[in-house]
Amino acid sequence: MSAGMQEFQSSFVKALLGASEPTLPWSRQPGFDVYRNTVLRGAIDALAANVPSVHRLLGDDAFDAAAGAFVRARLPRDGRMVRYGAGLPNFLASFPLVAEIDYLPGVAALDLAWIESHLAADAPRLAPADVFALTAEQLLHGRLVPHPAARWLSFPVPAFTIWRHEREERRLEDALPWRGESALLTRPEGTVVWRAIDAGEMQFLAACANGRSCDDALESVLDAGSGFDLAVSLPRLLQAGAFTRIDGDAS
Amino acid sequence: MTALRAGLGLKTEHYDDAARCRADGMWFEVHAENYMVVGGPRRAWLEAIRREHPLSLHGVSLSLAGAEPIDAPTLGALASLVRELEPALVSEHLAWSRFGADYLPDLLPFPRTQATLQRVCEHVAQVQDAIGRPIAIENPSHYLRLEGHELGEVEFLSAIARRTGCSLLLDINNVHVSAVNTGASALDYVDRFPADLVSEIHLAGHRRDGVHGDRLLIDSHDAPVAPVVWELFDRFVDRAGPRPTLIERDAALPAFSVPMQEREAAQRRLATMEEAIA
Repeated sequence: MSAGMQEFQSSFVKALLGASEPTLPWSRQPGFDVYRNTVLRGAIDALAANVPSVHRLLGDDAFDAAAGAFVRARLPRDGRMVRYGAGLPNFLASFPLVAEIDYLPGVAALDLAWIESHLAADAPRLAPADVFALTAEQLLHGRLVPHPAARWLSFPVPAFTIWRHEREERRLEDALPWRGESALLTRPEGTVVWRAIDAGEMQFLAACANGRSCDDALESVLDAGSGFDLAVSLPRLLQAGAFTRIDGDAS
Repeated sequence: MTALRAGLGLKTEHYDDAARCRADGMWFEVHAENYMVVGGPRRAWLEAIRREHPLSLHGVSLSLAGAEPIDAPTLGALASLVRELEPALVSEHLAWSRFGADYLPDLLPFPRTQATLQRVCEHVAQVQDAIGRPIAIENPSHYLRLEGHELGEVEFLSAIARRTGCSLLLDINNVHVSAVNTGASALDYVDRFPADLVSEIHLAGHRRDGVHGDRLLIDSHDAPVAPVVWELFDRFVDRAGPRPTLIERDAALPAFSVPMQEREAAQRRLATMEEAIA
């Protein structure tokens, strides 16, 4: 590699990000600001596209301030900007201007989960009828494999209710019960859809994703003390498109 | 395959119009990075467009003029896209955008030295090996008068094409914007550009900078193609003959019919020229 090339690009990046005084001749030309603005604006706009609910909740000015700080702290890693923003939920939880908005990290996490679901691999959906055709033993010994586009998240605050009202362009009721929530995002027919799930369903999905058999997953949910009725929850999860297949007992 | 004439940059907002479009010689160009995904409706939309029209993959992030090695995951994803979509054209920019572990979402400038020429050629060869076909390299917009150039841009691009077998993408709006911003002659650039190496032409709109006005033009793609850019286009194709020509509109997006009118204007010029040649 050419040392001159490395040196030029290193000083260019430092000047772009404001890490050094504009002492180089070209960094004082008016055109340098075009590069500076394009880099920052390009990254902020990519974030705005990836977390549209956060953008709408904060408005342009507050979003630009928070996103601009995030960009300076964590530049994108490559040109696939649809993947940019991992780490934003945690960043928002500690960024002074917005840290007190306790549901904002959850809203950001849901926006990012929507993108992941939207862009995930295509795969068949395990239909309720496929599962009902199994014997109880086949079902309990089988391993339910989550669909590549399924995402499940839980929050200590009603972030899902706030997020879904933003997505559905509905007004929130004045008295929103302030309690934890869990959500499931799936892509059953090519479009990402969402629904609230309960703590037991959340734990069941997590256990299935860890490769546990249906029987083991059920036991772990019940051990955790969560109310869970497989006969009620499994059809709900299957209907949502949470699973792609059930693998038989290999033992 | 029918010869590519005038095409249009494809925006997600225009998918339905694009899928229905049956204009003669039509093709669409997309930014490759936006489709480096494993599945989902976005890829399904692009597949649907591809069934009706030739496609061009235009990369913005390979950082061919970067001191850093080419990002392997991005190159791998491009190779997969090329294999799966079989695009009619594949292109990238003469610029850099990666440094260390970071990606800077812009097309950044550099002094055109012999050492950089060597580096760019290695990168172009690496990309062409990975995707199994030649690419076209685009002249970027410039906003700075840099010191330390050992070669002019036309000579630099010509040397890359000669050494690697790539072709060139002549962005005529970038020629005009760069000429104004660096005090160079757009006419001279277009007249000296090696016509036989050009596989594609880009036309787009620009705007004046809010502070510096006419002295600093921004390659904004948010306006119709300027008359001066059309004049440069006519001048180049008069000399070079027709080439696949793309209208780019990426911001302040109007209805599909608006850039399509500009696309029709380019198409008429190319068709007239083909008749004259025949």
